[in-house]
Amino acid sequence: MAVKVVQRPQLTFWEKLYIPQVLCGLRITFRHFFRNLFLHIAHRFGRRTGERAGVTYQYPEELRPLFSRLRTRHRLMVRENGAPRCVGCMLCETVCPAKCITIVPDEHPDPDVEKFPVRFDINLGVCVYCGYCVEVCPEDAIRMDTGILDIAATSRDAMKLDIHELMNPQLRKPVASCELDFPHQCEVHGGEVRGSWTQPAAVAHEPRMKPSKLRTSDLDSRSSA
Amino acid sequence: MPELTIDGRKVSVPDGTTVIEAAEQLGIFIPRYCYHPGLSTAGNCRMCMVDVENSPKPQIACNLPATEGMVVETESEQARKDRAAVLEFLLANHPLDCPVCDQAGECDLQNYYMNFGLYDPRFSEQKVKKEKAVEVGPHVMLDQERCILCSRCVRFTDEITKTGEFGIFNRGDRAELGLYPGETLDNPYSANVVDLCPVGALTERSFRFKARVWYLSSTKSVCGGCSRGCNTDLHHVTDRPHLNDAERLVRVKPRFHAQVNEWWMCDEGRYGHGWIDRDRLGEVRRRTDEASRRQVESDWDAAENALAPALAAANGRLGVVVSATQTTEELFSVREVLGERFGARIVVAPQAPGGKGDDFLIQADKAPNRAGARLLGLSDAPADGVESLVDAAIAGELDSLWVFGEDLVELVGAEKTRSLALSDCLFVYAGTNDNPTVSLARWVLPTAVPVEADGTFVNCDGRVQRVGRAFAPLAQARECQRVLCELASRAGVADAPSWSTTAEVFAAIAKSTDAFAGMSFESLGEQGALAASREPLAEAGTP
Repeated sequence: MAVKVVQRPQLTFWEKLYIPQVLCGLRITFRHFFRNLFLHIAHRFGRRTGERAGVTYQYPEELRPLFSRLRTRHRLMVRENGAPRCVGCMLCETVCPAKCITIVPDEHPDPDVEKFPVRFDINLGVCVYCGYCVEVCPEDAIRMDTGILDIAATSRDAMKLDIHELMNPQLRKPVASCELDFPHQCEVHGGEVRGSWTQPAAVAHEPRMKPSKLRTSDLDSRSSA
Repeated sequence: MPELTIDGRKVSVPDGTTVIEAAEQLGIFIPRYCYHPGLSTAGNCRMCMVDVENSPKPQIACNLPATEGMVVETESEQARKDRAAVLEFLLANHPLDCPVCDQAGECDLQNYYMNFGLYDPRFSEQKVKKEKAVEVGPHVMLDQERCILCSRCVRFTDEITKTGEFGIFNRGDRAELGLYPGETLDNPYSANVVDLCPVGALTERSFRFKARVWYLSSTKSVCGGCSRGCNTDLHHVTDRPHLNDAERLVRVKPRFHAQVNEWWMCDEGRYGHGWIDRDRLGEVRRRTDEASRRQVESDWDAAENALAPALAAANGRLGVVVSATQTTEELFSVREVLGERFGARIVVAPQAPGGKGDDFLIQADKAPNRAGARLLGLSDAPADGVESLVDAAIAGELDSLWVFGEDLVELVGAEKTRSLALSDCLFVYAGTNDNPTVSLARWVLPTAVPVEADGTFVNCDGRVQRVGRAFAPLAQARECQRVLCELASRAGVADAPSWSTTAEVFAAIAKSTDAFAGMSFESLGEQGALAASREPLAEAGTP
């Protein structure tokens, strides 16, 4: 067996004096302290904004940049008429290894679409963020690109997202009102099916997602797809 | 008896056998769409093409009679190429909407394409648009785009039901399956075209978007809709309650049995299974007091405590109405426990009037197990048998009356049932589903339906067939034999039977009844067995 002899570093006389070494260390600390103090005050007066004061991110006002491939909270893509793009094929429910997706499909009035989800729930408390649902979707109807990482709730029930929060990821529980006009089952109505296809068509709205703070450019190019 | 060679293996078959049938005898499966053993040969899909030695072109195996010395290759390079070419043509106008198609997962076009298809499609033109989601009848939905024009459904309505609703109209790529003007697909066997359809062109309306087929579990069973006892596959889902409105049984499909139903079953049986999950009796109920006739929830322990002493004291003053819808095991345990141990008078409820049969599968007797009751010696009571029993109970000649699964209000009228409820007789109802009689009983005991408990039905031809167990009893419901065994032991009967499974009950039947001698659940298998009986089992009038 090879033996490696480790040379323990020996303190020099200068180091053994102790106090000068402590002062050397404190010099670095104070240098950063006064530099950051100066920069923070300067930033307050709108000066020297090109230089960062401190290396920490001021979360939650300031978010770290995220990789574009990062899997974050899910969203359901929306058609021009405000209905989900999902056709209720249940492939994501099938492939989901955590069994956290619940879909109840129903007949769509347009025979070329055939199916749509009356109910689409994801239990984020169970989800493992594997992204299989996104990969398996034949309609590009579900994505995990919202950039939302702060998924926390005070109860298990609040971790369950229904079709409201999935179609509009900016929504947070409890969802107060329901503005979806196609037939669907949601918590706002106590799980009953509400809405109908025969109602006057709502104003065609854009996908309701608002881009999050640090990823404006990134999300704009994606949500227009 | 020509002898031919298929894929290097020799087989000799009777004259007139086609190559596809000969290959089946060897266990070689030749892919097919238009060929179906129950229908005439059309030979239009060209999927079953095989290589035949000394033949200049590939031949279709479904219409090629086997001849002496024929050498057939089903897996040669050429045969595979032919299949890929046929699939390419079939897929030219077939929409790629598998994700929303209910047939996906059990689709022959999907399966064969995975096995033999071109994975690099060359078709880049526009597919022909046709009608989608056409309701052709009360049970069947047609998607003309998905149809591959194999004409199985057309031949079924021409040859089997002889109603001729379907036809193929127009020519070339505009050819489409449709109904003749003024027709609807509403014959009593209409949903068989869904099973015949190899693709998703004809789908079941009741199954539409209810579940994906890969979520379904399957149990081999027997239809209880009439005394024919068609063999079925039950498709059920229990781990995804959000599907199918939380009902466990999703659909029923016919299962091949050469002597009973071949490949078919009627719509009445196929869609008559709703009672298994709907309006079920879930908990033991008892009547609180005589005056109000109000029922409250109770439990099995209380029921046994109350009923066992009553049974022990019955001393022959006990009447039982059983139903021919019960399995042989249930009838046998009623006979053994209530009849033998407590001296009950047992009558079988008579055949409901008004049942219509036909000359194909449907029988007029809608009870699946009347023959089984007869084999057990529980012969049909005279027409007023149930009524005289109820009369005796009202007159105070009986201490208690047990009714299994039959609606007394229907059998003897609401007036008599009400006076039975008001009389001193201990009126116990044991059954699976809610009906007007249930609310009048002093005790309501929920029992398991046949597919929750397993068991056998004896069909009109005397064939003993196993029902199978698809899922556990609902809520508090228990198997009939379990209820009766526990009551007997609670009542202090010395030789109380202790059957813990339905198979044990059947073993006891086989031991004690000649007609079932030597049978067991294992020996019944998937095809059942004929009961050894010299007496005619079916009444005159059944074909």
